[in-house]
Formats: sequence, structure tokens, C-alpha cells
Amino acid sequence: MIQVEHLVRRYGERTVVADVSMDMARGSMTAIVGTSGSGKSTLLRMINRLVEPSAGRILIDGRDTAAEPPHLLRRRIGYVIQGHGLFPHRTVAQNIATVPRLLGWAPERIETRVRELLTVFQLDPAQYGAAYPHQLSGGQQQRVGVARALAAEPAVLLMDEPFGALDPIIRAKAQEDLLAIQRRFGTTVVLVTHDIDEAFRLGSRVAVMSEGRLLQYDTPAMLLTHPADPFVARMTGVSDRALKLLSLTRVGELRLFPVEAATAGAAEPRIDASLSLREALAELLWQGTGHGIVCDATGRPLGRISVADIAAHGRGP
Amino acid sequence: MSTTAAVRVFLRRLPVDPLGTLLCAVGALALICLPFLVFKANRIVPGDPVDLAQVLAPAPLAAAALVLAAAGLCAVFAAGARLRLLAGLAGIVVIALVAAAGADVLTPAGNRVVRVAPGAGFWIALIAMALLATDAVTRMRPRPVVRVLALAVTVLVVLAVLAHGTFDQLSLMREYAAHADRFASELRRHLWLALGSLTAAVLVGLPVGVLCHRVPRLRSAVLSVLNLIQTIPAIALFSMLMAPLALLAAAVPLAARLGVRGIGAAPAAVALFLYALLPVVGNTVAGLRRVSPAAVEAARGMGMTAGQVLMSVELPLALPVILTGVRVALVQNIGLVTIAALIGGGGLGSFVFQGIGQTAIDLVLLGAIPIVALAFAAALLLDALIETLRRGAAP
Repeated sequence: MIQVEHLVRRYGERTVVADVSMDMARGSMTAIVGTSGSGKSTLLRMINRLVEPSAGRILIDGRDTAAEPPHLLRRRIGYVIQGHGLFPHRTVAQNIATVPRLLGWAPERIETRVRELLTVFQLDPAQYGAAYPHQLSGGQQQRVGVARALAAEPAVLLMDEPFGALDPIIRAKAQEDLLAIQRRFGTTVVLVTHDIDEAFRLGSRVAVMSEGRLLQYDTPAMLLTHPADPFVARMTGVSDRALKLLSLTRVGELRLFPVEAATAGAAEPRIDASLSLREALAELLWQGTGHGIVCDATGRPLGRISVADIAAHGRGP
Repeated sequence: MSTTAAVRVFLRRLPVDPLGTLLCAVGALALICLPFLVFKANRIVPGDPVDLAQVLAPAPLAAAALVLAAAGLCAVFAAGARLRLLAGLAGIVVIALVAAAGADVLTPAGNRVVRVAPGAGFWIALIAMALLATDAVTRMRPRPVVRVLALAVTVLVVLAVLAHGTFDQLSLMREYAAHADRFASELRRHLWLALGSLTAAVLVGLPVGVLCHRVPRLRSAVLSVLNLIQTIPAIALFSMLMAPLALLAAAVPLAARLGVRGIGAAPAAVALFLYALLPVVGNTVAGLRRVSPAAVEAARGMGMTAGQVLMSVELPLALPVILTGVRVALVQNIGLVTIAALIGGGGLGSFVFQGIGQTAIDLVLLGAIPIVALAFAAALLLDALIETLRRGAAP
């Protein structure tokens, strides 16, 4: 896990990060959200010491990051930036092999790892391994950027606005992929974004920063229902906070009224259990029935859900 | 439709090549109006134009005229680059052979005083044909490897023809024969001065450029000084270096033993080194600034040391721009070495200035033509190298 203790960064008179303390649990995904100039990127860059703290310290798995040379520390931490930062003069495979080569892995081990990662990121190794970054689409370049960061199996992955340059459809896909990858490798992810929806979608815990201070660090639901500060409330969005709250819960997580297969009328719309409450509500409003049958992935009915059930979950504290 | 627009449409539909038409017209005019060969009683007098019709047999002369006319027609009307290249090369060969044949006939056997020199008509027509050929090559967009191979073949063919003696009776080759003992050593010296000062400029300029990139305040100061040096005329810079180098040689015996003197190769090499610094340093800075900041940030973030970032990300990405600076410096140096002859630095320039002193134009050309050829070959080789590097990874 990552422990941030009383971290401060000053540039002359200006304090960019002011006394921030927070813990990120092992295998969790933390989103740091804030406006530009809030110090969120500086905080992230202090974890791999691209920026040296003015005061305070950071422990990764109990070890002070200041204890080893910065370049050796960084080889153990994955790093993804906006606009991917791939090396244009190296092939996709060479890009991914960067850190393993710095670590002196055997060539066969590197090759195996590169092939594995390309496959995981849905890029055919035969087709894309020898390609240069400029021959790839924006979404593919971004995936290679993440694959490169994960190449040496780091326990920690830092991401600075990783999806900022992608269009909305590709971005949604990239976010889903990231969630899947994170579950697969169990990596501890710290992600910086200015997009609160992205933060809620990806972060199991979300840190809201403003003017260098950490205003609140909590689960998305707590940020919505118990904002610690007017700024947090504004940041999380007052006008649609009920809907945001609904989007945090999936239909399948609700306790549903059991329904016998026989009574499940054909006229009732089928609601996929993996939908969020927000999506289910939209579907029910669209169909105009007021209730529907929740089904699992195989189409088996799990229970009945009504607009009123969903609405109850959007109520504030 | 206005008249000008109508003329423009007419011109566009006309199956005529504008450059080819110009080259054809200039070449034809030069061949008709200007002397093709000049007969001189000795190497210094101006000489008289030669009437080719009285020198050469009618049949070969007519054949040559036919080939040249065909080449001219190709220049005007042919659309295919290969055909145009063929026309240009055929033109060059015919012009050269006619000149050689004329010189053979006109030179009395065993006479070493009489000179048969190519006239203005020869040179202009030859240049027109060479331009036709190079333009055709440019249109064919050959790959870098092909261009280098073509250069190698051209050089070999020219050397073979010269060695064979086809042109031995022409004034230029007579002049070469008279100076053959010195030619090779002056050529070596020319290359040595140009390449040696360039190598030193790269060895010094590259680190200075990297430093200027890292320290912005240093950048403007260094580049201003180098710009200032560039504005000093070569001959003035040579003379400015004479006194300090003479003093150095007097004060440090080791320097004198190494050949450092107020005149000669030392001030020339130092001046050329200084001139070459600006393109090398300037392009190193420009190349490094062009490297994507995201790539550098990612490289640092993944745990490369500062040296690894420089060697495996920044310099490789800046290399095409840096080499463009090296190319400028090399071509500039090959030309500037010529002037080194004035202060006793040697090189092909010594033929040029000796020739000017003796009003022997053939001797001037004996120095000047190889200099132009060297600069052309150097530019071609480095361009090919730069393009090969750029092809690997486009922007």
C-alpha cells in the first residue's frame, strides 16, 4: 500500500501541495480529482519522485521512497501520461520492452512478456509488435502506453490524465479495459483526472483537491451524500447528484422482489443486472412501464424492479 | 473569359514542359551563338573560337547534332522521367565526346604548348543537359540507397573515362597532367581540412548544443557569439587568427612542433572549425527542442537516468535535424577551404588562386570543378543518410 504523510511541495513562495496525508490500499484504484492547478499532478509525480517533496514522506509497502535512487524507484512503478508519450523511433514491442530492458531481463523473458501484454490489450503481436507508434490509432497508442507501464509487473501504477486525449467512445472502452486489467493483475492504481465522472467510474476511493489541499478523500457515495466542503459539493455536481448516486450501484446489487417465471409478462421490459441504477431508470422511463424484470447475463429472471425502488436509492441523507 | 485566363488554360493544356523548354532553348542558343571550342596558342592567351564544321567530319557531326536535337525534343515534350534522364545523359555524353574529338584533331602531335579549351557554348549546353538529368532524377524520387549507388556509379564512370585518356587533349586535362603530382596531395589536404575541422566542430558542438538546450540562458549567449563569428568574412577571420597562433607557436614549442604557425593550415583549420560550430550547435539545440516533451517525461518516469534519456530518446529523435546541420557545415567547409590557400593552407584552392594569378583559366577550373563536385557529393550522401533515418519513424 501507499502511505502519503504530510506531503508538501513549494515552488518559491507558492505552495502547490499543502500538507496532504492519505493511504491507498494495496490493489485498490484511487482517483485524484481537482481543477487545473489544484496540485493533483504534482502530488502524483511526488510518488515516483519526478517531483521531490519539500516536506513529508511517502511509503510504499512500508519503505520510504526517499531511501533509494529515484530512477531505480521509478522502474518499480508504472507511469502513464496524457498523450501516451510513446517513443516514436521505437517499435511497439521495443516501447513495451523499455523497463524490462532497463532491469536487464533475459531477451526470451522480455519477448514472452511483450507478447502476453499485447494479447491482453487486444493487439495482435504479429501485426502490431513491429509497427511504429504513428501507425496506430489514438486508442491503440493509449493501450500500448498502459501496456508499457505494466511491462515489468509493477505493484503500483500511476496515471496522469491517461484518457484525456481520447474521444468519448474510445475513452469509455479504455476505462472498462483499465478496470479489467486492474482486477487481473491486482495492481494498485493511482489516477489523476479533472473529470469527476471518470473519477467516480474508476475510483474505489476518490480524493478531491483544490489549491494544493486535500479537501475530502472517501468513497464516491460518501462524497455525494456527505460532501465535506461546498467546493466538494460543487465539484461532484449538485444538480445531478441523485443521478450520479444511482450510477454508482448496479441493478444486480439490489435486493429484488422475487418473481416466478410464469408471471413475468412479455410486456415488461428486461433489465440487465449489470446495468447501473441510472441506466435502468432511464430504460424504465423510456419504456413507460414503471417496472421491469431483472435478468442475468444468461437471460434468467432474477426479480422485479420498479421506478420507485430505484428512486429510493437516489434519495439524499 | 479574360485573355490572361485563356492563355493560362492554353498553356496548361499544351503538352510542354516549362523547365525542359527553357533548358532546350538556352542549350540550343549557346550551341549556335557561342564558341564550343576555343583554340589557344598557349595556356594564357584568350584564344580563337573553333568552327567545328571545318574540324570534324560531316557524318559524326550530323549524328551528334541529331542526338542533341532529339534530347532537346525530349526535354520539351517527354513526360516520362526515365526518358528525360536518358536524354540528359545522352546529351552530356555527346557534348563531351564532340569536345574530345575536336581537341584530338586540333592538337598537333607532340605539341605541349597549344591548348584546345571548351568554350562558353560547351559549358552552357553541358550544364543544361546536367540540369535536365538531375531534374529527371528528382522526379523519379529514388530511394536513398539508389541515389547513393547512382552517385557511386557516376563517380566510377567519370574516373574510368578520365583514366582511359579520352579527354587528355582537352585543356583541362592538359592542365591536370601538368599538375598531376600535386593534385592528389592538394585534394587530400582539402578533404582533410574540411572533414577534420568538421569532426572537431561536431565533437565540441554536440555537447555545447546539449548544454545550451539544458540551460536556456546559455543558449542565447552562445548562439549570438556563433552568429557573430559567421558574419566575419573568411579572409578577415583568417588574418585575425594569424597573430594569436603565431604567438602561441612562439610561446609553446610543442605547438610549433605540431605544425601550429601564424600562416598555413592551422589558422585555416581553426577558422573552419569556428564557422562549422554555428550549424552544428544551432541544429543540435533546434533538434532537441523538437523532441516531444511527453516522450522525455515518459522516459524519466519509467526510470531512465538522465544519460539514458539523452542517449536513447533525445539524441536519436534529434538526429535528423542535427545531421542537417552537419550537412550545412560540411558543404560550407568544402567551399571555404578554397580560401585557405590564400594564407598558405593548401587545398584545391591553391590551383584556383594560382590560376587567377597566371590568368590561366584552365588551372582555376582544375581547382574549382572538383570543389563543386565534392560539395555536391557530400550534400547527396548526407541527405540520403538523413532521409533513411527519417523513414524509420515518421513524426
